[in-house]
Parts: sequence; structure tokens; C-alpha cells
Amino acid sequence: MSAPTLDRPAAGTPDEASLQERFDATIAAEHRIEPRDWMPEGYRKTLVRQIAQHAHSEIIGMQPEGDWLLAAPSLRRKAILLAKVQDEAGHGMYLYSAAETLGADRADLTDKLIEGRQKYSSIFNYPTLTYADVGVIGWLVDGAAICNQVPLCRSSYGPYARAMIRVCKEESFHQRQGYELLMTMMGGTDEQRAMVQDAVDRWWWPSLMMFGPPDDDSPNSAQSMAWGIKRHSNDELRQRFVDMTVPQAEFLGVTLPDPDLVWDEAAGRHRFGAIDWAEFKRVISGEGPMNAVRVARRRAARDDNAWVTEAAAAHAAKHAGGHAGSAA
Amino acid sequence: MSTDVTAEGGHGAVPTGPEVPVEPKASTARRDWPLYEVFVRGKRGLNHVHVGSLHAPDDEMAVHAARDVYTRRNEGVSIWVVRAADITASSPDEKDPMFAPSGDKVYRHPTFYDIPEDVPHM
Ligand SMILES: [Fe+2]
Ligand SMILES: [Fe+2]
Repeated sequence: MSAPTLDRPAAGTPDEASLQERFDATIAAEHRIEPRDWMPEGYRKTLVRQIAQHAHSEIIGMQPEGDWLLAAPSLRRKAILLAKVQDEAGHGMYLYSAAETLGADRADLTDKLIEGRQKYSSIFNYPTLTYADVGVIGWLVDGAAICNQVPLCRSSYGPYARAMIRVCKEESFHQRQGYELLMTMMGGTDEQRAMVQDAVDRWWWPSLMMFGPPDDDSPNSAQSMAWGIKRHSNDELRQRFVDMTVPQAEFLGVTLPDPDLVWDEAAGRHRFGAIDWAEFKRVISGEGPMNAVRVARRRAARDDNAWVTEAAAAHAAKHAGGHAGSAA
Repeated sequence: MSTDVTAEGGHGAVPTGPEVPVEPKASTARRDWPLYEVFVRGKRGLNHVHVGSLHAPDDEMAVHAARDVYTRRNEGVSIWVVRAADITASSPDEKDPMFAPSGDKVYRHPTFYDIPEDVPHM
């Protein structure tokens, strides 16, 4: 994760075939690709898109839970939620930092998010209707993110893998605080238990969609697997998530909203019902309940706070004694 | 359903297209914060280690931002920041001929020397 100025691969290299060979050998040996290595243009582009969209998801992902910061039921819950949301900001920063090692520009990526030219995970386009949603997001959404992110700690691209290691260290707190919140509510009144069940009903299917389209409909996956920037198929990860989550739901005393969900003794795994991919497609293409709100708030954060960044830059320029050229 | 959605990233499925160019843009006012590389000493007795980068208007703000971004859970006892533009690196490639000479100096490693098993404490 060092400077793009240093890290951009040398242009117009004469012998591309031997460079490609060395790149392939590095991947085959399970060694990491580092920023200043030569890499195929497709690898770089795919990674920038992957890392940027992951970063956008972390940043937009602050909003659904952030909506409850001022309405947290106690100082303890508020402190926990604040720390969790701050972590998600940190995750976004680690990831933008990794994207910059590939020659991307952070402010430019944010512009693309705001202009709708780059996307973020569909899960964050659903509203958080009650405080139980905060718990369910920690349990299911961060739980699904953990399933996705743990294998990415072995991404072939060094800066991304290292960012994922930092992220994964923090995710366990996210999931556990959510589950503990839900356990507390389940031990409360009937009304509180009903709130938890309602939140589970709303978030279960969108959480399964986080793993992406079924394997026979994921044409890009093969290349990403070959490059070592995707480690398991969508269906594999989704299955792992379901198998992990079902006993947690039982312990909690909630029902997962899927009548077809059964344990398959012979297969040694759970079978579950069909996912509504039409809904997924609607939400990701901008027709989810919260898409416009999420992007509008990100735009406001950029524009309304521009005066602060400009003032800080002006202050720095005024006091730049030792440094010749101030801003790079 | 879709040839244009992937779940390769950590927070799940996102569309893969249309292709959006990601070339760096020229600086504008709010892009004026330079890039800093951040190094953290995890605890006493360890070296500072590179942990990532961030943008900040000046050195002091860079240290403050590094604290928030990289040490929210006692990950460090000391932070260094340095402007990325001020770093001089060995070459544009990690596989640098600069490091090749050490490859044939195997006698610099303890394993080069055959010492009988029964010599104690060696
Ligand atoms: Fe996160
Ligand atoms: Fe998280």
C-alpha cells in the first residue's frame, strides 16, 4: 500500500510475454502480487472495481446503522454502535488505500459512487425500521460479510489481502455485539421478541443475496478464481453461511423465513428455498427502497464538508515551511 | 439472470459493468491533500511496520488521522507518517537485480556450514 506515484507498473515494457509468464508463475506459486509488479490490465481493472466497490459498501454501510445512533436505547448501546460504525469507516479507508496502490484516485472513486457509475452492495438499500435491525445487521449482514471476507485474506493482491486481515480482525466484534443485542431483546417482552422476528424476516433473504448469483450464472467467477482474487464460489459461501447461521437462529429462538429450509442428513448440509433474483436485480439497479437516500447522503457529506477540506488545505499551504511543493 | 453481477468483493454482489475508467484525474481543490504512508510500532521492542496510507492536509493532521484509521484497538504505541512523494524506492519492480547479488552469497547464512550434530549449543 504505497504511493501510486511509485507503484504504477512501468509502461511500454518491451517483453510482455515474459512479464505475463512471471506474473502467472507468481500466482501459481501462491505468492502475492505487489503494487510495483507488472500485472495484466484485466487483473488491475478487475481489482480496482472489486476493491472500490467493497470500499463503497463499507462507507454506504455506515448509514443503515448510523440512523439509530441518536436513538440508541442506552449509553452502552450507543457507545457500541458508534464504535461499530466507526470501524466501517475504517474499513472503507483501508480499502481506498489499497485501491490507490493500483493507480486509482480516492476522490475520483467517491465521485463515481455519487454519480452512480460504481455500485455498492445491494444489502444497504434496505431500511432499518427498528432497533432490532441493528442487532440483525450485526448478526446476519456482518456474518455474511465475514464468510466473504475471510477467504479474501488470501487474495493474490498483497495490499487487498492485508486490508482484509485488518478488516476481519474487527468483524468478530461486529457480529457478536449484534447477536448479544438480539439475545437481550429475546429475553425481554413479547413485543421485543416480535421486533426481532420481524427484523429477521426482512433481512434473511437480502443476506443470502449478498453472496451473489448462483454459480451457473456467474461467468466472471472463473477468471477471478484463476487470478486468486476470488477463492470460493458464490454458492459455496452461501451454503457455508446457511449452515453456520441455522443453529444460531435456533439458539436465539427465531424462525428463519424459509419453509423449505431443512437439514439434509445425507448431504450433510441444509437445503433452502429459491432466492428471488428478480428482487435482487431491482435493488441493485437502483430500485431498492433506500438507494436514492443513501447516495444523496453521501453526496451531501462530500459537498457540505468541502469547505472544511479546503480550509485545512489552505491552512497547510500557509504554514508549509519545510516542504517545497505542498500538495501532490 | 445476470452476466453483469459478481460477488467477488467482501460485502457481496455488485454489478461488474459498464466499464468505468479509473485513471487518476488532475488535482482539484479538494484533492489537494497529499498521500501519506503510515507506519506503526505495534509494541515496545518491535520495528515500525507499514500499515497503509491516507490523505491529510499536513504532517500533524496525518498523525491524528492515522491514529483514528489504524490504531482504534491499541494496535500501536508509536506512529510515523511520511509523504508518499518523499519515499525513494529501489526500483519499479519487486524483483530487482539490486537484490540478486545476495542470492549467490550463500555463505552469509548459517545453514551454509556443516557442523556435526554432536557439537553442543550451535
Ligand atoms: Fe466492514
Ligand atoms: Fe462490519
